[in-house]
Amino acid sequence: MNKKTWIRLGMLLSLPMAIFGCMPVKQYMKSKLNDGEMELSARKVERGEMNFQAFREGASGGNGGKAGGGCGCN
Amino acid sequence: MRKICLTVIGIYLLFLNAFSQVKNDSTGTYKNKNLKLEEVNLISGYYNQNGNHSAVTGGIGTQQLSDVSNIIQLKFIRWDDYDRKHTTDIEAALDHHTAASSAFVSKTGTSGKGGTRFYPSVNWKTENERHRTVSGFGLSYSAEYNYHSLGSNLNFSKTSKDKNREFNAKAQVFLDRVKMILPSELVPAPTVIQPRVITSASGRTSYFAGGILGKDDDIPASQRNTFMTSFSLSQVINRNMQISLLADGVLQQGYLGLPFHRVYWKDGSVHVEKLPSQRLKLPVGLRLNYFSGDHVVFRTYYRFYTDSWGLTAHTASLEVPLKITSFLSVSPFYRYYKQTAIDYFAAYGKHTSASAYYTSNYDYSAFKSDYVGINIRMTPPKGILGIRAFNLMEVRAGRYIQTTGLTANNVSVNLRFK
Repeated sequence: MNKKTWIRLGMLLSLPMAIFGCMPVKQYMKSKLNDGEMELSARKVERGEMNFQAFREGASGGNGGKAGGGCGCN
Repeated sequence: MRKICLTVIGIYLLFLNAFSQVKNDSTGTYKNKNLKLEEVNLISGYYNQNGNHSAVTGGIGTQQLSDVSNIIQLKFIRWDDYDRKHTTDIEAALDHHTAASSAFVSKTGTSGKGGTRFYPSVNWKTENERHRTVSGFGLSYSAEYNYHSLGSNLNFSKTSKDKNREFNAKAQVFLDRVKMILPSELVPAPTVIQPRVITSASGRTSYFAGGILGKDDDIPASQRNTFMTSFSLSQVINRNMQISLLADGVLQQGYLGLPFHRVYWKDGSVHVEKLPSQRLKLPVGLRLNYFSGDHVVFRTYYRFYTDSWGLTAHTASLEVPLKITSFLSVSPFYRYYKQTAIDYFAAYGKHTSASAYYTSNYDYSAFKSDYVGINIRMTPPKGILGIRAFNLMEVRAGRYIQTTGLTANNVSVNLRFK
């Protein structure tokens, strides 16, 4: 990996904390955060498309799914 | 006198009230100490694709393929005497695919086109509410005619005191075996060994009946091992927004190609693809979800990927769930993907003997892709079709187009029972 790639990775890792100020949110204020559409993970119904993307593309992982191994995929 | 009696009675009643207080359970919920089936998910999908760059025929030829998958997930929970929650997830999955290019593993196109894959897994985790931790391990297995895999994982997560932040770590290993099924014209001819008498160094003689080396049922297998660590950090930003940062580190070793992928060199000779025996992958992803107003959610995702084979990729997706009612949402989505080629890729007839490693598999070429579709999610409070236990139905369909000319359609359904 070259220097440019490392800089991009560092920016990506620090970006969320740099841009957003975090506000403490009490449990009773989380009605919208707890909505099913707000889950911070891929939906179960996305299993099939995550699979075909791992087979048909060179990149994988970074999404809570498989990043290689376990199948004859990339 | 009357005043004293009334005072004494009053004090006595106060004492009674003090000792009649019942200690409240902190959660207010019943914790089942017996194993209970908490949730069942049935996930089915149909996928088909077509294109003209099959790796089996050296980067040219049909990529027509269809796949049907079925997954059943069972979630069991129980509480122990120390107030810890134990969750066991059992999954069984079965895929069947038909690929036109598989017929051309044989040069004459007479090989079988279909294949079935069975892949079960079991994961167990324990939650400690007092320490706000979850730890667990899992095992997985995958079997298809030419590929077998055994996997295991360990995972740990910790939540902050205010439950606005969560850290996850996972270590995973896959020990795989690839059956070395070569293109028919590249299979070495069987060697016939004639019967003969063998004399050892000590003078003892024995009779060897002869045999054939390299018969069909003697196909060797090569090892492929994958070691993966994953980390994620989730953070609540405010009442309407939360983000998650995900990073994986993956090391693969062993036979990393597929033995039935052909490569045609410039001089017209045909070879099996040859790739390095080690690959290091580094994907980093970011999810950001934002609830705008009362009816619109923005689900965004970005991933940067790089690896030691020279491939760099960017992925970005946006999904916008529109909450028609509190239990029906319709979500159009779009995903963009772009990758550079690996250092060892070249098209049909472009490789030469100067290349130490070579492939014509277009999954490793430079291309962009678009994936667009719609997701419909229903969670009525009285259940789907009035069946209370049937509490979620989700349907997702999309169309995928690559600049290589590959096109695909995917449709999936998830039914949840609770």
